[in-house]
Amino acid sequence: MNQHPAHHLDGNCLAGPLAQVFALDPTTAWWTCPDCRTASPVGGLHVYGPEPGLTGRCPGCAQLALRVVTHPGHLWLQLGTGRGAFRFPLPPSPSWSPSDRTGEP
Amino acid sequence: MSAPTPGRGPSGGWWRARLTSREGQTTTGRTLRFDVPGWPGHRPGQHLDVRLTADDGYQAVRSYSLAAPAAGETVELGVQTAPDGEVSPYLNEILPLGAEVEVKGPLGGWFVWTPEDRGPLLLVAGGCGVVPLMAMLRARRAAGATGDPCALLCSVRAPDELWYAKELADPTGTEDVRLLYTRQAPPGGDRPAHRLAPDDLEGLPASPETRCYVCGPTGFVEHATALLQSRGHPPGSIRTERFG
Amino acid sequence: MASLSPGFHGRGSRSLVERLPPGQYPTESFPVLSAGPTPHVPTDRWSFTVTGENGGSRSWTWDEMRALPQEQPVVDIHCVTRWSKFDTRWEGVSLDVLAAGVETSAGFVVAESFDGYTTNLPRADVTGGRAWLVHSFDGYPLSPDHGGPARLLIPHLYFWKSAKWVKGLRFTTEDEPGFWERAGYHDYGDPWREQRYWNDA
Repeated sequence: MNQHPAHHLDGNCLAGPLAQVFALDPTTAWWTCPDCRTASPVGGLHVYGPEPGLTGRCPGCAQLALRVVTHPGHLWLQLGTGRGAFRFPLPPSPSWSPSDRTGEP
Repeated sequence: MSAPTPGRGPSGGWWRARLTSREGQTTTGRTLRFDVPGWPGHRPGQHLDVRLTADDGYQAVRSYSLAAPAAGETVELGVQTAPDGEVSPYLNEILPLGAEVEVKGPLGGWFVWTPEDRGPLLLVAGGCGVVPLMAMLRARRAAGATGDPCALLCSVRAPDELWYAKELADPTGTEDVRLLYTRQAPPGGDRPAHRLAPDDLEGLPASPETRCYVCGPTGFVEHATALLQSRGHPPGSIRTERFG
Repeated sequence: MASLSPGFHGRGSRSLVERLPPGQYPTESFPVLSAGPTPHVPTDRWSFTVTGENGGSRSWTWDEMRALPQEQPVVDIHCVTRWSKFDTRWEGVSLDVLAAGVETSAGFVVAESFDGYTTNLPRADVTGGRAWLVHSFDGYPLSPDHGGPARLLIPHLYFWKSAKWVKGLRFTTEDEPGFWERAGYHDYGDPWREQRYWNDA
């Protein structure tokens, strides 16, 4: 089976979604692929998405590195190829509040 | 300069940003400036996320590159209207001056260059991929000469798709700025229109310690990165930012 | 201005067409969503395998699959990212035919793809004449972007259940969450009940 690169982005685009759960910028964190041993910063991963979710893969062999799925109220994070994902509650969006809209018809 | 931490704005990481100016760069590219009270500053190459909220609560978030180094509470974005886009046409054509959106940032610490990063600098832009590289170039100009060589390659389809034309032509700049046209070259030029080729990189910094930054559409980034590697730049010296 | 992003309405969810499930907008285009590199599987190396929960299996080569009875479903499809596309024309083999290849009394099935993608379904949803293995779209061979050489077509569920580059079905006694279902998407995914996310009713 041949693999051709589909459209993908760089791990830089994970900075925004992951800033919701990481205190430090995760895109400068290094990761070594357990399969092909390619080392890459998160900012250098190949990222597919953004919908239905962001899938970060090894730039060398496309092995799964992490996944980020953002839904209303929750962020799902899966690290590595493991099957479990962590579900983080997201703070309610203040701009949704009707009381925030004053003076507008 | 210390690295600003990811933005912790007043509410859930989102800052309110007021549109203060919008000017055309190309037929579909705009420079947008926002006033962001409390903005902590950023480094050249970083981006921010813009969030729009409809009356029914529906939200859309997109990333945009910061086009200028930190300057108080003003941030400058370069936004290219995406055909069928949901956010960029709104920002470029509909959002009224003085109105607010929400932004989160500064974001991304990998695709970053600051004047403290010494050594040769090679910037390679495809189309509106020049936006984050412009922040680097402007920061370099503001910091003054260091003796380190710097080059910017701008690949665009036609002359009317070139961003920052006047600024790039500034004769006081010490960079080697090369404008490359892939479909239609300006009359009188000595380079026929074609895509980025090895010849276009002749005479540019080639030492392995050169810091290379490539930004553009996925296909352009793949092509430019392969060219850079074939002239000896190690993969670890090339940082990329692709957009869809 | 007191309101954020005035004049922004977003895209979709306003058109009240009867065939449009809640929260969807109609599109003429056919967006491609991907979670990894696009696999290119030559048809001479393609096969489709159905595996029962007791280990029994049955495989078809490309030519064998093409020799099975072919159907031409015309259906509406609904993506969880909110686009819907009406009257899409496909050609392929009913999963009833393929599922009959093994003995099974399992309640669930996992669709498995050449790129490692998986998605889980109740067995009842891949039988009863409403699910297909398709190899043609709009009269042409299915392109790799859209899951060619062959993908599932299960139009009554959100389209992530219609696995691209599918290589087989594996019947299971337990419901085993697939690629997206493990990361927050609904185990069933009925667009008419807006079962998008993990705990949607």
